[in-house]
Amino acid sequence: MILVIAEQKDGRLNRASWEAVAAAQQLAGGQVPVKVAVMGSGVAVAAGELAQAAVAEVVAVDAEALGTYTPDGFVQAAAALIAQQAPQYVLLAHTYQTRDFVPTLAARLDRALITDVIAIRQADGQAAFARPMFQGKLVADVVPQGPAPHLVTVQIGAFRADAVQKGQAPVAAAGITVDAAAIRQRPEAPFQEAKQAVDLSQAERIVAVGRGIKAQENVAVAEQLAQAFGAELAASRPICDNGWLPMERQIGSSGQTVAPKLYVAVGISGAIQHLVGMKGSRTIVAINKDAEAPIFEIADYGLVGDLFELAPALIAELKK
Amino acid sequence: MKIAICIKQVPTREWQPRLNDTKTWIREHEASYEMNEPDAYALEEGLRLREKHGGEVVVCSVGPARVQQVIREALARGADRAIHVEDEALGAADAFTAAAALVSAMQEEAFDLILTGLQSDDQGHAQFGPVLAEKLGVPHSTIIMEVQIDPSTGSGPGASMKVKRELEGGWFQYVTMPTPALLTIQSGINQLRYATLKGIMAAKKKEIRKVAPPAGLASRLKVVALYAPQKSKQTVMIGGSAAEAAQELVRRLREEARAL
Repeated sequence: MILVIAEQKDGRLNRASWEAVAAAQQLAGGQVPVKVAVMGSGVAVAAGELAQAAVAEVVAVDAEALGTYTPDGFVQAAAALIAQQAPQYVLLAHTYQTRDFVPTLAARLDRALITDVIAIRQADGQAAFARPMFQGKLVADVVPQGPAPHLVTVQIGAFRADAVQKGQAPVAAAGITVDAAAIRQRPEAPFQEAKQAVDLSQAERIVAVGRGIKAQENVAVAEQLAQAFGAELAASRPICDNGWLPMERQIGSSGQTVAPKLYVAVGISGAIQHLVGMKGSRTIVAINKDAEAPIFEIADYGLVGDLFELAPALIAELKK
Repeated sequence: MKIAICIKQVPTREWQPRLNDTKTWIREHEASYEMNEPDAYALEEGLRLREKHGGEVVVCSVGPARVQQVIREALARGADRAIHVEDEALGAADAFTAAAALVSAMQEEAFDLILTGLQSDDQGHAQFGPVLAEKLGVPHSTIIMEVQIDPSTGSGPGASMKVKRELEGGWFQYVTMPTPALLTIQSGINQLRYATLKGIMAAKKKEIRKVAPPAGLASRLKVVALYAPQKSKQTVMIGGSAAEAAQELVRRLREEARAL
């Protein structure tokens, strides 16, 4: 049996959970039953939604101590769930929450965990899980070692939520109790920093800069290029980390997600954390000195060269 | 406060990985190496906490002899001493193996706080920190952007701390937890300092304790193939001089993509 652990917040299902269900159905290949579990406090609605998938069962892990997410609470509940269900594989979406508790869970169970998986292949009769390595410059097919269950997290966007086979599944209560006294983290309510002054998701065109601009004084070049394109200026994480542009202009998993008509990536190598925030853009232009940079894998147009020569040439051309 | 910083030596971002003969790993000996960037932020945070609360910063690392390069660099930036679990076979260690290699040496030290980067720039499993926390039996929190030690609770074991955890899409959350604890640090939490000449000289005299890895380390992950990613799009590569490329790109954006 393959067990998917879905993610919900305040009773609402995280869309990426459907992608994990799609991955599980692909891995099962119709040969192995798939179950989906959802953990939290008051998960009936989320469980009901998941029951619309063609799976053997939806398992609701409902406990008051899981009302607010903590790694200790979720590791405890998931370990009990896995002991009860005895799956061969456990699949989850590779969200920030998953990253926070699943490695600990794997260590407690002493089982293999493969993170950030983008594809599942069959190699010599066994499942191999493809995942990016070396900043996305390479992909590794990884086979988990040691006894089952093997834990797998799937990269957001790698499997299609709309590929989930629909059906009608029964919902069962897992009857798992959580010892609240064993939870060591005391979280407060999530908050956003000062209101986002710049809503990049509304921009028609975006020029985004990355490490390739090398120094703060070169941000001006990117600004002029954005102006020439009639675009908003944005950046990858390292630029905002350095304080060269404000955090609110950051595109990627920790910043904003955008899908403009035109996205011009300047000196951005294309780490996955950046790509998830912009790969839905309609037309993507990549300008980079490194012809092997992963950004070219998703670009419609690629220019390999020195951005300090290409940017002024583009500005001049656009002004014509 | 006794603070451990776990750092990893990784190939530089500029290095274009080349595959070994069996196409299952990189040619490690051809790579140039540097400190994993998120770990550098963890080190900086540890140094700042020591400046504020006193104590000691101990760098912990796993890998072949070459790893001394980044250990020396951390010592030059201000760490007090280091523990190096050294073994030639640990160059390609995954997160589970690296945590298992370090755990007994770290347990002896009884650290109050363990900091490390949120993930490595090479293998990028994002597992090492939470796995090590479990093996050490301490609570953890990940992707941290701020660390405050509550001074009313002291700075030794049992001190309480409040950390700012990054969530997706610009959201954050404060989490309170007791020490000893482990945190994985997000890049950008602070501004990095660089080693001074004085620091580099001082580092030469600092202790690096070499420890042999425990017997019976077994990887849970086996790489059966390593290859370049497949393109998901047909990219039109535009060449020529800067002026020619600019002209061609603008033409295509206007006429073909209708993006201008």
